[in-house]
Amino acid sequence: MSIETDATNNAGPQTLTMGKGMKRKEDPRFLTGNGNYVDDMRLPGMLYMAIVHSPYPHANIKGIDKAAALAVPGVKAVITGEDLVAASLAWLPTFHGFDKQMVLAVGKVLFQHQEVAAVFAETREAARDAAELVDVDYEPLDPVISPFDSMKDEVILRDDREDKTNHIYHWDSGDRDGTQAALDDSEVVVTERIYAPRCHPAPLEPCGCVAQFDAMGRLHFWVTSQAPHVYRTAISLVTGIPEDKIRVISPDIGGGFGNKVPVYPGYVCAIVGALILKTPVKWIETRTENLTTTGFARDYHMDVTIGAKKDGTVTALKVKTVADHGAFDAAADPSKYPAGMFGVVTGSYQFPVAFAELDAYFTNKAPGGVAYRCSFRVTEASYAIERGMDILAQKLTMDPAELRRKNFVRKDQFPYDSALGFTYDSGDYEGTMDKALNQIGYAELRREQAEKRARGEYMGIGISTFTEVVGAGPSKHFDILGIKMFDSAEIRIHPTGTGIIRTGTKSQGQGHETTWAQIVAEELGLDPQNLLVEEGDTDTAPYGLGTYASRSTPVAGAALALAARRVREKARKVAAHLLEAAAEDIEWVDHKFQVMGAPSRSVTMKEVAFAAYTNPGEGNEPGLEASLYYDPPNMTFPHGAYIAVVDVDAETGEVKVRRFLAIDDCGTVINPMIVEGQVHGGLTEGFAIAFMQEIPYDEQGNNMAPNFMEYLIPTSVEAPVWETGSTVTPSPHHPIGAKGVGESPNVGSPAAFVNAVMDALAPLGVTHIDMPLTREKVWRAIRDAQAAAASD
Amino acid sequence: MFPAAFDYIRAHSAEEALAALAQHGAEARILAGGQSLIPAMRLRLARPAVLVDLGGVKDLGYLREEGGDLRVGAMTRDVTLERDANVRARYSLLTDTGAVIADPVVRCLGTVVGSLCHGDPSGDWGAAALASRAVMVARSASGERLIPIDEFLVDSFQTSLEEGELAVEVRFPTPDGRTHGSYQKIERKVGDYATAAAAVQITLGDDGRVTHAGVALTAAGPRPVRVDAAEKLLLGQLLTEDVIRAASEEARIVSDPFADTRGSVEYKKDMARVLVARGLRASAARLGTGVTA
Ligand SMILES: Cc1cc2nc3c(=O)[nH]c(=O)nc-3n(C[C@H](O)[C@H](O)[C@H](O)COP(=O)(O)OP(=O)(O)OC[C@H]3O[C@@H](n4cnc5c(N)ncnc54)[C@H](O)[C@@H]3O)c2cc1C
Repeated sequence: MSIETDATNNAGPQTLTMGKGMKRKEDPRFLTGNGNYVDDMRLPGMLYMAIVHSPYPHANIKGIDKAAALAVPGVKAVITGEDLVAASLAWLPTFHGFDKQMVLAVGKVLFQHQEVAAVFAETREAARDAAELVDVDYEPLDPVISPFDSMKDEVILRDDREDKTNHIYHWDSGDRDGTQAALDDSEVVVTERIYAPRCHPAPLEPCGCVAQFDAMGRLHFWVTSQAPHVYRTAISLVTGIPEDKIRVISPDIGGGFGNKVPVYPGYVCAIVGALILKTPVKWIETRTENLTTTGFARDYHMDVTIGAKKDGTVTALKVKTVADHGAFDAAADPSKYPAGMFGVVTGSYQFPVAFAELDAYFTNKAPGGVAYRCSFRVTEASYAIERGMDILAQKLTMDPAELRRKNFVRKDQFPYDSALGFTYDSGDYEGTMDKALNQIGYAELRREQAEKRARGEYMGIGISTFTEVVGAGPSKHFDILGIKMFDSAEIRIHPTGTGIIRTGTKSQGQGHETTWAQIVAEELGLDPQNLLVEEGDTDTAPYGLGTYASRSTPVAGAALALAARRVREKARKVAAHLLEAAAEDIEWVDHKFQVMGAPSRSVTMKEVAFAAYTNPGEGNEPGLEASLYYDPPNMTFPHGAYIAVVDVDAETGEVKVRRFLAIDDCGTVINPMIVEGQVHGGLTEGFAIAFMQEIPYDEQGNNMAPNFMEYLIPTSVEAPVWETGSTVTPSPHHPIGAKGVGESPNVGSPAAFVNAVMDALAPLGVTHIDMPLTREKVWRAIRDAQAAAASD
Repeated sequence: MFPAAFDYIRAHSAEEALAALAQHGAEARILAGGQSLIPAMRLRLARPAVLVDLGGVKDLGYLREEGGDLRVGAMTRDVTLERDANVRARYSLLTDTGAVIADPVVRCLGTVVGSLCHGDPSGDWGAAALASRAVMVARSASGERLIPIDEFLVDSFQTSLEEGELAVEVRFPTPDGRTHGSYQKIERKVGDYATAAAAVQITLGDDGRVTHAGVALTAAGPRPVRVDAAEKLLLGQLLTEDVIRAASEEARIVSDPFADTRGSVEYKKDMARVLVARGLRASAARLGTGVTA
């Protein structure tokens, strides 16, 4: 066996691979440029599709002239919204269930860059050339850009809907009156409007697909999807094609971050094109199309109010949010959770009472509201509470670490019922924070800061002790399009003791090919190098809801461990036959079967596997495989303590992140190297969101960040050096105690960065600046504060 | 993103390139490093019918000192200056500038002359060329002419090159031992154009007083901006903190940027001030004169 052993890891029970930094099995393929992405698909006779986009954010369509486009050599067809109306495919249901979305604009366009027509041609270039020549006659209308304008209902954006209002829905959770009463009685109350800006997951690989109908009329659909099975069902429901006549294949995916959960208009157009032209169609987005039309994230305006006693004990939390969903309510949240898991907004703290409410509105902006590396609105919630706690600390002139310590849910209080209805599974918030404070040298940093402040320099320390809720989810609460949010695993062990593993999830870079093999290897005593992991093909993978919301390890990982135990139970019978003992007398010790009380009489799983096919024993079912659908009993609640140290240049507003420490607690760690990689990636995204990323719209409704010159992706030059560490508080209800970690760094870090900058500016009386903390915003805050001080 | 269709001519000498330009007139565009032109074509913001590629013109790729100038050929890439020990030792302004343009990948392809020909007011070489009083060499069928950089940079994306003319070289006067400079840039991230930037070059006399001053701004107007008032103010002065403050205030006044996602007019103007002051302090430090308060 070629399992890498970690000599330093000698704590705890002996494991084969669990907790060890095994190199990623998928990487040789990626590192040598041999990944197989959707755009690598080439089929005979394949046409290319290009989309015509609206230059206006709000306009009536008076007519569309296809003639010039159709005259371009190589162009096969141009379709518009009217063509789709004829085929009853003009509208697409959103996963959320509250709304539908135009595939190609019908009658009017509702956001800049909206899809208006699709062109099919023999080459990409011809498709582009022709797309430019589709002549659309627009009658521009005044756009509604701010949700605060939209809520006035002066202009109704969606005249297709029965309800003549821009209000999409109201959501609330908790005790409205009790919270107000507690706030009224509080000795101290802080309140702040905190905006989580519209940003975009911006995966390196944009979205795309290849649609092909085979000779039997079956649809083969290669697509950049984080949830291939959901796509299959959705396509069947939208198009009426029987589900057995659809095969969805997600090959290698170059990052998703939530952007590849929704079904996009381009997919429907490509399928329609393949159907009417009777030849395969490929559509690959441009970067601009990805940034301007596919699922954005956040865009929550949150009024956060916290009540407390003078000693810092929190008494109540109220959060009132206005959500901007753009032209269609295309957020991909579970049906019963229009505001996702925003109810985790009470964070790591013991709020005796809380109330959160949210109203969502249409505007003339791109649709979305996807969970960008977060379990449905958890980042917004975490940012709100972690920012709010610092604002409270500043008001009380209390150390933010001490304020947190005073209010943490204590280790002995788990399972803990939060004021907004979640049952937190486990955690050690104080332990994790203390580890972070010690590791970064908190007391020493505070001393340094005091010296710098005396010299008029701006240094800040920011803490975020966030709690996440991941692993959607238990079937009684969670569904998408009615489909319960279970996940699944299938394990087949071959005669030679190797095997194949399939799940309903789909890696987009998270390393499932390695982690899944490690889980099964650990349960079965096999070599992870010889356990092939295959995901993403709906013809072969068991039905699952896919990979997002940090749900793969909590749900599919659990399914895998339990399916492996099923395999083990089958194997036990074969082992009993080989060892000539009763199955009840066979125990699983040190990754092999042995006769109870007679350790010398043992067989390995490899030997049992061979016997399962060659000599299973009388009455035993031959073969060695199992599948399992796992309905999680609860969500898991990873947490962490992050600390940022910054220096602010008061002249330019430049912020230098001098240090950043992330201590994560994601329960049992399967592969620490992969966990660290996930943390580095997520922290870099969090850094970008805090300091440079936003999809802003100007007053005319123009998208101001339609490419990477404006939507900024930090490089190693900008990104701080990440320091990481962990504590381990296993989930009590997960078969191996794992909680999920992919999203923690994106969820937890923005508040740490912003808190650090606000801490630096605290002597000036600055309490809050909205992200992204551009140099100019910081410069302006300093300058305004200095001017105010001077005029006092 | 795909460019519109175009014809492509690969030149092997300046003469071949000139012939192609003569043949195709306004339809033709020179392709040097392609780091500005190709992105614009991919977004279909530029649609030249004919590209005349200088990539094969090997004898335009040179860097040498001659006649009191550093001569940079039209196909000399940014990276060549960055890696040249002589440039690094003596041309502090150019060295600073080269280090903050785009990212290393772009600098391996982009050319100094191409950047100046592009005429982007946000391009970094423009201000550096102004502050160091560079001269462009243009060649056409009728011969060569020298164009002082102030005359070369006309407006946004507009130079004084005429149709059929090729820029073959830019000359930066070689600094004497009492000359140093600095390029100061604020950018949102590596690879971004300047939010604000300033080029400064100073020559001191034996008495420590300024004998030559070059001060110019990037992204502060329709073309790179020379801060005349600051240059005049510095002449004959010791580089004291007061003088620096006064000179940098002139930069704030003359800066005329437009507001965009990088910042407001007010912020960019103030950064012009901050960066000129920093550039002057850095130059003074390089000249071994501590700034006196
Ligand atoms: C991601 C990215 C980031 C960048 N960031 C910066 C930055 O921070 N600062 C900065 O200054 N620049 C930046 N640039 C631009 C880069 O420096 C370009 O290389 C430079 O502006 C143009 O040089 P080039 O050789 O690539 O010219 P090309 O793109 O080949 O040509 C530019 C223009 O000049 C004309 N031209 C070129 N050579 C000649 C000649 N000899 N005679 C006549 N006309 C000619 C061309 O016809 C064209 O119109 C960036 C580019 C990219 C892609």
